[in-house]
This record gives sequence, C-alpha cells and structure tokens, in this order.
Amino acid sequence: MADTYTFDAKDLAEIKKITDKYPEKQAAVLPVLWYAQDKFGHTDSSVQQLVAGTLGVPEAHIRGVVSFYTQYYENPMGRNVLDVCTCLSCQVCGGYDMLHYIEEKLGIKAGETTPDGEFSLQSVECLGACGYAPMLQVTNDKFVNHLTREKVDKLIDDLRAGKQPEFESNPMPQHEKGS
Amino acid sequence: MNNDWKSYQPLLVPAIPDLHDISVYEKNNGYQALKKILSDAKTWNPANVINEVKTANIRGRGGAGFNAGLKWSFMPEPDGKPRYLACNGDESEPGTFKDRKIFEFNPHQFIEGAIIAAYAMQIEVIYVYIRGEYRPFVQKLQRAIDQAYEKGYLGKNILKSKFSVEMYTHMGAGAYICGEESSLMESLEGKRGYPRVKPPFPAQRGLWGRPTTINNIETLANVPLVMNHGADWYLAIGPSTHPGPVLYGISGHVNRPGVYEYPAGMNIMTLINEVAGGVRGGKKLKALIPGGSSTPPLRADMLEGVTMDSDSLRQAGSMMGTAGMVVLDEDTDMVELIWRISYFYDHESCGQCTPCRDGTGWLEKTLRKIKDGNGEMRDLDLLLAICYRMEGRTICALADAAAWPVRYSIDRFRDEFEKKCKKTVYAVA
Ligand SMILES: Cc1cc2nc3c(=O)[nH]c(=O)nc-3n(C[C@H](O)[C@H](O)[C@H](O)COP(=O)(O)O)c2cc1C
Ligand code: SF4
Repeated sequence: MADTYTFDAKDLAEIKKITDKYPEKQAAVLPVLWYAQDKFGHTDSSVQQLVAGTLGVPEAHIRGVVSFYTQYYENPMGRNVLDVCTCLSCQVCGGYDMLHYIEEKLGIKAGETTPDGEFSLQSVECLGACGYAPMLQVTNDKFVNHLTREKVDKLIDDLRAGKQPEFESNPMPQHEKGS
Repeated sequence: MNNDWKSYQPLLVPAIPDLHDISVYEKNNGYQALKKILSDAKTWNPANVINEVKTANIRGRGGAGFNAGLKWSFMPEPDGKPRYLACNGDESEPGTFKDRKIFEFNPHQFIEGAIIAAYAMQIEVIYVYIRGEYRPFVQKLQRAIDQAYEKGYLGKNILKSKFSVEMYTHMGAGAYICGEESSLMESLEGKRGYPRVKPPFPAQRGLWGRPTTINNIETLANVPLVMNHGADWYLAIGPSTHPGPVLYGISGHVNRPGVYEYPAGMNIMTLINEVAGGVRGGKKLKALIPGGSSTPPLRADMLEGVTMDSDSLRQAGSMMGTAGMVVLDEDTDMVELIWRISYFYDHESCGQCTPCRDGTGWLEKTLRKIKDGNGEMRDLDLLLAICYRMEGRTICALADAAAWPVRYSIDRFRDEFEKKCKKTVYAVA
C-alpha cells in the first residue's frame, strides 16, 4: 500500500521550501505532515513512511509526532470533520447541547464517522473562540461561531452539497459603530 | 481609574479599517519605530533599545507577566552563531482568544515589534509559532509577512541598514502544552512537545541549543508603542507596576462577549457590567475566572474593587494570566465546571512527570465521580491531597495550572461540592 502515496516533483519543490526555513530537516516534520495531510486527507502509517523517507527522519519519530498532536488524522476520517468545542466558555454556553444535537442529527456519537463517510464528529478542547461560543471547527480549517440548531442544520446541508463555510470575522465590539 | 476608560482609544488594535494592509499601517505611523531606530543607530543601539523596553515594564502577556526588556537582557553576547526569537501564538489556555485579533486586524504592529526585538537582541531569525487550529489566522499573518518582505522591512539589509532578519511562521498541530516555552521549542524542532528541564534557560540554550527568547504575540505588539512614544508615556497607561494596554477577552455569561482593549488595571466590575453589558438574562454574577482556566476562580463577593493587574489580582486570590475573563452566572454548576477544566488538563498533560500524568487523571476521575453524584466527603480531602502532590513537583507549570482551579474552588465553593457528596460514615468496629 505504501507506494500508493508519493510526492511528485511539485510537492518536493514545496517541501524544499519548507525545509529551507530551518537549520535541520527534522524541524520540518510538523509542516511536512500538514502538507501530506492536505494532499492525502490523513497521515496514516503509509503517509508516515513517506514523510520519514522524504525527510530522512526515522519512521518511529514520525509516528511519535503524529500520535502526540490531535490534529493529525492517524486514520482516514469522514470527508468533513466537525470539531465541536465543549471546553470552559463553550461548556457554559451550550457546547454540549450543540454536540448532542449533532450526534442526534447524524446518528453517530462523538468519535465516530457516519456510514456514508460524509461526517466525522469530535468533542474537542478550547479552540480560542471563547467569546463566540458555542462553536465548532470544520476539518481543521474554518470556525463556525454562535451555533444554533438552525445554523447547524444549514452547515450540514451546505457541507453535504460540497460547500465549505466562509471565514467568519469577529470584530472587536469597540470597533463597531454606535458602541 | 474612574471613567477615563470611556474615552480610551485602542493602541494595540486601533479601530482603523484595513489596518492589516501594510499601506494602511504605514499611513498610520506604521514601521516608524523601526525607521527611527535604524536611522539613528547610535542613539538606538541594541543596549539602549533593551533599556527603554525594560524601563517601560511591558509585563509578558502570555501568562507569567515577566518584564519583556529584562528577559531580553538575559541574552548572552553574540558569538557569531545563530540566535533566535520565538513568538508564542499558541493561545491555547481555555478562555483566551486575543492574539488572533492581532493576526487578523493589526499583524504589522506585531511584526514591527518582533523585528525591533530581534534588532535589540541581535537575532537574525524569528519563528512565529501559531496553534494549528488557527490556520485561517496563520494565513492572514503570512500575507502580512509577505508584504513586509516586499517593502523591505524583513529580509537582508532592512531599510538599507546592516541589520537583516528573517521571519517564518510555524504551525502547531493541536497540543496545548506547546504554549509552554520549552515545549514550543521542542515542537519547532519537529518533535513531540515535551517541556525541557530548566535550567538551562532558553537564553542560554534554546532552539537547536542556541540562545533563544520567547515572547507572546501581544507582548511584542506593545514594543512599537514604547519605541514611538517612550517608556514614560507607556508607564502612564494604567498602573506603573503593570502598565500598558491590555486585550481583555471576555466570554461566558455576558451580554456582549468579545475582546476589548483598555488600559491594564481596569476595574473588574466595570469590565463585566459596563464594557461587556452585564450578566446576560438579568442573572446574578456567581464567579469570575480572571485570566484563563488555570487562574483560580473568584466568587462574586471577592471582586469588590479588584482591578485587572497582577498586584490587585494577587491580593484578591488569583492571577492576571492571559486576561481571558470567563464570567459565570448564578446557575453555573461549579462542580461540572471544575470537572471539565480537570478533563482538559488531563487530556493535555504531556505525561513526562508522574505527579502530573497521574495527578491530572485522578483529579478528573474523582471530580467526575462527584459530579455524577457518587462522591463521598473524603473525596474532597483526596482532591486536595492530589493537588498538594502535584504543585511545584514537575518539569513545567501545567501541573500547577491543573491543581489551582481545583484547590481554590473547593475552598471557595465548598458547600456546592459537599452537596454533591454523600456523607461517609465509618463504622466503629
Ligand atoms: C502549560 C503552559 C501553557 C502556556 N501556554 C501559552 C500560550 O498559549 N501562549 C503564550 O504566549 N504563553 C503560554 N505560556 C507561557 C509561556 O511559557 C511563556 O511564559 C510566554 O510565552 C512568554 O512570553 P511573555 O513573557 O511575552 O508572556 C504557557 C505556559 C505554560 C506553563
Ligand atoms: S508538568 Fe505535566 S505537562 Fe509539564 S512536563 Fe510534566 S507531565 Fe508534561
């Protein structure tokens, strides 16, 4: 299976740009794993092998790194990963209600993937959007803030239709006119 | 403090449209501090810049409140080999969401501050470590960095001077511990984020064994203010023991949550009631976590006259931390809340030290038992005993950060904890 994952010349040029930022190649492990995950959708053992070979770093080291950080997907995930924050401010502002609503809606529990492979759901730690609780993050990228059931319904419909959420800007209230 | 705050104009994140764009930033006095230093390198030699920043007493905004200039002065004399500045944008302490405002709305002020810091410490490479969950904000910062390179504020021979510096972003991948400075360096070196034993301190042996300084993003965004206006001007903003503008992240049960910028030393009740519009739903205030999840919660009756600066908060029985204020109303279940905080620290402990790895686990398990209604009175003593065995006995401060909220909540909300515990009756055999 390992040979199904390869970096082509363009990838290798990008990876060279990454390694050039550091005095030694090992420092590029995190960004190159990100690069690989963007390309392949996960960093399972075959991808880890590829990254290890490309950087000349032991595979065991790569495995150690992948298993330490929560954002690397050690196994393939659903096409969309919903990371619902349930920590502190989200906890006290309805984060768990949103998590349970999504569980019900998708018919899966946190930590599971829908049978059609469309959605994975996770309960996660503070994402740094405390003032905009409850909120979730879609597949390590956009934040969707101020969740309501209606907003969740729309998000899931959009994602099913292949439409990713837009970046939501949360201005400083002091900057808004009239306050 | 009275009502001065009402006329306060933000300095870290001013209300100027499109300030993230370099040309707008330049039009608004941007990169002037850097120009002033580089065009008069005699007056502003590195030592003098460090002194000015030290006098201004910028207290680190990453949590520990250490004087930034003093930290810079710990860097050894250059020996011709590499030295590094690592900017801490990990921003993972629950309740904290302020550095992202700088990345989104005023990235150049941070970049300018970091360049000045590099000049002062004679550093040629800057890494900006940002949590992986902030990917959209990393992209925003990267665009600003690219602009700064195009305009010659970064790279070789900055503004035609002899000074050169590179700036690179480095994205984490989901690990709270990587905000701890030595863990951050491990992560930058491409490893698991295991904190290092100190000493040696980063200024002696940091990234790749070379002298390194770590500063928070907001800390560095303060630097151009000091260099533009002088330390005395800066010291006059807020209390001189903890001066300058602060990004207060207010969340939880308030009507207008968000990040607000005001001088340090703001009255807490003013921030809750006037700035953030008061407790939502007309409820009563129960408690406040003043500076992120690790800072001990204060009961509403302990907040009278307390201000957001390290001295006042210490006297009140807590800490300034990251100024991430979580407001809790009368309906909050403190046991559930503290259990969830313990769950967080258990999840995030890197596992190197037994007191932390096992202690965070036992705190979580015991609190879960109590919140589920299966606790016994002696579990409260057990919790305090676990805290005692964690505090000050580990490589980094995560163990303390996990223990404090538990210890102080049991003390300050004891009846709530007791109500969830059954009495333990020991039969006298
Ligand atoms: C467990 C732990 C987590 C931390 N997380 C952060 C963080 O996310 N961001 C940050 O700036 N500092 C964090 N710190 C503090 C850093 O170790 C360090 O003191 C700080 O970045 C120094 O910058 P400053 O002096 O400008 O505040 C953390 C410390 C500990 C012990
Ligand atoms: S105190 Fe905890 S997080 Fe810090 S080094 Fe020890 S085990 Fe790791």
